[in-house]
This record gives sequence, structure tokens and C-alpha cells, in this order.
Amino acid sequence: MVHPLRGQTAVVGVGLTKFGDLPGKTHLELLAEASYAALDDAGLKLTDVDGLFVSSMGRVFHPLQVAEYLGVKPSAIDGTNVGGSAFVNAIQHAAMALHNGVCNVALIAYGSTSRSDRKSGTPRVGGNPNAGVMYQSEYKPMLPVGSYALVANRYMHEYGMTRDQLSSVAVTFRKWAQLNPRAEMRGPLTIEDVSRARMICDPFTLYDCCLVSDAGAALVMTRADRARSLKQKPVYMLGIGSGTSHDQIAQLADFTVTACAMSGPRAFGMAGLKPKDVDVIEVYDAFSINPILFLEDLGFVKKGEGGAFFTEGHAAPGGKLPVNTNGGGMSCVHPGMYGMFVSIEAVEQLRGNTGARQVEGAEVALANGNGGLLSNQSTAIFGTAATLGAEARTTKRASAKKVVKKAAKKAAKKAPKKAVKKAAKKSAKKAAKKVAKKVAKKAPKKAVKKAVKKTAKKAKRR
Amino acid sequence: MAETGTTFAADGAEKQFRDGLNRGEFNIQQCASCKKHVFYPRTLCTNCGSPKLVWKRAAGTGTVYSTSTERYKPEAGGDKNIAVVQLDEGPRMLTRITDIAPADVKIGMRVTAHIGEADGIKLIYFRKA
Ligand SMILES: [Zn+2]
Repeated sequence: MVHPLRGQTAVVGVGLTKFGDLPGKTHLELLAEASYAALDDAGLKLTDVDGLFVSSMGRVFHPLQVAEYLGVKPSAIDGTNVGGSAFVNAIQHAAMALHNGVCNVALIAYGSTSRSDRKSGTPRVGGNPNAGVMYQSEYKPMLPVGSYALVANRYMHEYGMTRDQLSSVAVTFRKWAQLNPRAEMRGPLTIEDVSRARMICDPFTLYDCCLVSDAGAALVMTRADRARSLKQKPVYMLGIGSGTSHDQIAQLADFTVTACAMSGPRAFGMAGLKPKDVDVIEVYDAFSINPILFLEDLGFVKKGEGGAFFTEGHAAPGGKLPVNTNGGGMSCVHPGMYGMFVSIEAVEQLRGNTGARQVEGAEVALANGNGGLLSNQSTAIFGTAATLGAEARTTKRASAKKVVKKAAKKAAKKAPKKAVKKAAKKSAKKAAKKVAKKVAKKAPKKAVKKAVKKTAKKAKRR
Repeated sequence: MAETGTTFAADGAEKQFRDGLNRGEFNIQQCASCKKHVFYPRTLCTNCGSPKLVWKRAAGTGTVYSTSTERYKPEAGGDKNIAVVQLDEGPRMLTRITDIAPADVKIGMRVTAHIGEADGIKLIYFRKA
């Protein structure tokens, strides 16, 4: 059954401010500038906005402040803060509100003066978000970097990932940044540069950590029917999943598995897609270990092989699975909470607007936001018009079916058990059942049943 | 409406734990229903939801699950260890391993607990067993 939210809403506008040092602006001014740009992009006006989805690191009444500042009187308002992933998580809330008619034009927006505040020593409103967390903050750990470092060390211990493999993450994103004129860091960067840089918190050096920027970003969503009458080619929300595993880092059950293992299947389940259907990925790279864990937990790479995946260049320009095509939080921009930017780059890729860094023929994009200390993962899957409806992704699906059919034929001819297993592995649950049925006619029943059961189990686990 | 009645003691788990620490005890909760240990102190078992959490003295022994060195300049106090220890009862906790150079703390190292103090608050630290 198709999920009721699949393809029912769309991103119709995206807006970005300048990135970097913007000492003459407040966070609300940056948020307003980006909102204006996103609405202009969509061909909508601020007066059309009746849904407001914002989040601030420390400002308790932030949604009220933004509504007042913009002069918006929203019928749906939300300020859920699950960390930097809040803006991907907000897509779930916005989609539900839009689909159910609680609002008609949803604005998701963010502005931050993180870099200028750090330079001028302006204390963060609301203080440190990790303060007052009993059994963690009393030890005064170096946060957030320390928690990610503990995770990285455990991962390296269990899977033997090397320091240089970790460095290839930052190097990969720098290569993408070099293709993005908006990216803040575009100079050359080598594995040695990263591995030998000043140590911050073992194993992380300076280049394993994201940037601190001033920036604003905004995204506008409507229901799909309205989206088709607006200025831009709509980018449809096919699937959204949220996963929460813990707050303080010591409570993460397994340091090598993130909540992407929950958010991913939820998003893919809603979208009715599999990792192999995704053409381009944008993930929140607060620290270099993140993309490795996320790609594994979302089902793109086998557990323990994430480091090698980056080292071998698969995520880099020209690779088989482009990751963080804007340069990411490590080389493009990172204003305290980066969640907005994964979605915006995903949308730009599906519009085909990204110039030198464009992934040719991208139809499905995945955006993953990370929040807190790896605490919340929010995964959004976007698609072009070609991914909607019954004819969705006919080409790829057809070819997958063909492979299955071929395998089934072979299986029927030769050793049924082995081939069925192979075919089942390659295909989705449904397709496998079909194949098994066909083969069952010719092959011993018991063996087929066994193969089907195994496939079903695998599908469930995914 | 269901009332909490006598299910919960007058003092919450947090105060009971801190009172114990101030007496020099490292106590841990065990669920009477599912037998799992719980740390940090809770009101309800995080495994099964039961309110029947019973205090017992922690063994005070464990294994380093992960470790890192926070790099600080000498004038800021120098490098510091930060670690997550898996208690022999099962739960994990954030802590610092003391009386050892930060770089010498290794994953898998056996450690024992001791009670220290920071800013007037009693805290549990570990040292190499
Ligand atoms: Zn229990």
C-alpha cells in the first residue's frame, strides 16, 4: 500500500543568504532574507505563509519571535528542537500539517550568527544546550566534539578503520566544495593535511570538525497539487523518517549504530524505495565519523566498510554514489545547526540547477539531518515528478525485475535452491515471492519456502 | 484517574543516589521485574517500564567501552581523558579515568570506581584496575 504522505507535498522554494562572516546581521535578519529568497523562488509572498516551522539552539520562544518578526500569523506553528536535524524533522511536521489542511504554505527557516558571536565572544542565548544534563555535564566534557570522538574511537576499535580512511571524508567533501562557488572552503586539502592537523579531541583533528558560519536558509512547502502551478519544478517529498536513540552520549546503546537504522527504514518505507534507487545523498557531517555511520546505517554501505567507501572515491565527484555535493558542513557552510542545508542541496540537485557539481539525471535524493550528540536522525527522501505514481521509476524497476526473471529461469533449469536464494537476495520481498512461486512449479517446495522466508526476514530487517 | 499512591518513595531516585554518594556509596538500581540494571537513576525501568527499581551497591568494577583525549593547552590544565565505562552490571556511564596519562587509557581496560569531587558535587571516577 502506498503511504498516505508519499508524494502529497512538495518543496516549491529554497533560499540561501551569503555564507561566512556576516557581522552586520542578526539571526532574524538572516532568517528573513532567506525566507524572502525562498518565497520569491516559489513565486509566493510572505502573506501566503500560514505554517511556520523553525528551531533555535537556545531561544525558548523562538517560533513566536519569528512569527512576529516576519508579521506572519500561522495556523500551524512548531519549534521542535531535536538538534541540527530539527529542520529535516520539521519536514515531517510540515507535510502532516499541509496534507491534513491545517496550513497551506509552510515555511521552514533558520538564521544564525554563530561565527560572529564566537568572534565577538557574545554568549549564546539560553546558554550551552548540553548544560544541566545530569551524569554528563558535571564531568564538563568537551562537547559536542568529545561525544563524536568517543563514537569514532569505538568504531575504529571494532572495525579497524584507519586515521587516513577517516581523513578521506573531509577530503571528499572538499572536492565537492571546489565545484561549488558558494562554498566557504575551496582550497586544496589532502589526506596528510587532515591527518596531521592540530588534534582537537582524539581521533579528531581540526579538519574532522565542521565549520562555524553565519548564514540563513529557508525552504517552502505546499501540497503537491498547488506545487504544480507554481514557478519551479516541484520536488516531491516521497518519504520522511525520524529516529531518536538517546540524549547523552553514554546512553547510545551501540556506539557503531546510529538512529539512522530507524529513520532510514521509516523514510524508505514511506517512499516505497530502496537505497539502490537513490541518486544523490546529503548528510549532516558535523564530524568526519558521521557520514561513515550514516551511509552504513541507511543501508548504502556494509557496516564497517564506510571508511573504505570514502577512500575509494565512491562518494566523491565522479563516484558511484555522490555524497554532500555542496561541500557539506565541513567545507561549504555550518551555522550552528546545519539541517536546512541537506534538504536544500537535495532539492537543487533534483531541479538540476547545480552547475559543475550536478549529478546527471538525479531523480531521487536523500537528505539526512543529525541532531544533538548523534541523538536524533531525520531522513527525507525527495523525488522528481518522474518518481510519482504507478509508473514511478519504471526504468530501474523494470531492469530489476528483468534480473530477477532471468535468475528465476536459470534457477528452474539448474540448481533451484541456490539460484532462488540469489534471485531473492537481489530483489525486493514481493518480487522474490513471485519468483519463488514460479520456481516452485518446477523445484522442490521445501527449498523454495526456505528461501522466501529468508528474504522476508531480510526485508523486514531493512 | 489512577493515583501513584505508595508506588514511589518520598525521595526520588536522584536524591537517593546523591545521598548515597555523599555517604561514600556507589549505588545502582536493579529492576525487580526484568532483573536488568539501570543507570543513571530512573523512576521507571528503561527496559520494561516497571516502577519496581531496587537499590543495591554497585560492584564498582567495569571495562573501558570508549576513550578519548581532550586536547587543552597547558595553561588551560593540559590534556584530559574522557571515557565511557561499561559497568559489570551492564549499564554504561560517562566518566574520566584518573591517575593515568590520558593516552594510556585503552578500550577494554579493566577499571575500578572511586568517588571524587568537582565544584562541590560528588562524582564517580575510575582508575586502572
Ligand atoms: Zn525492568
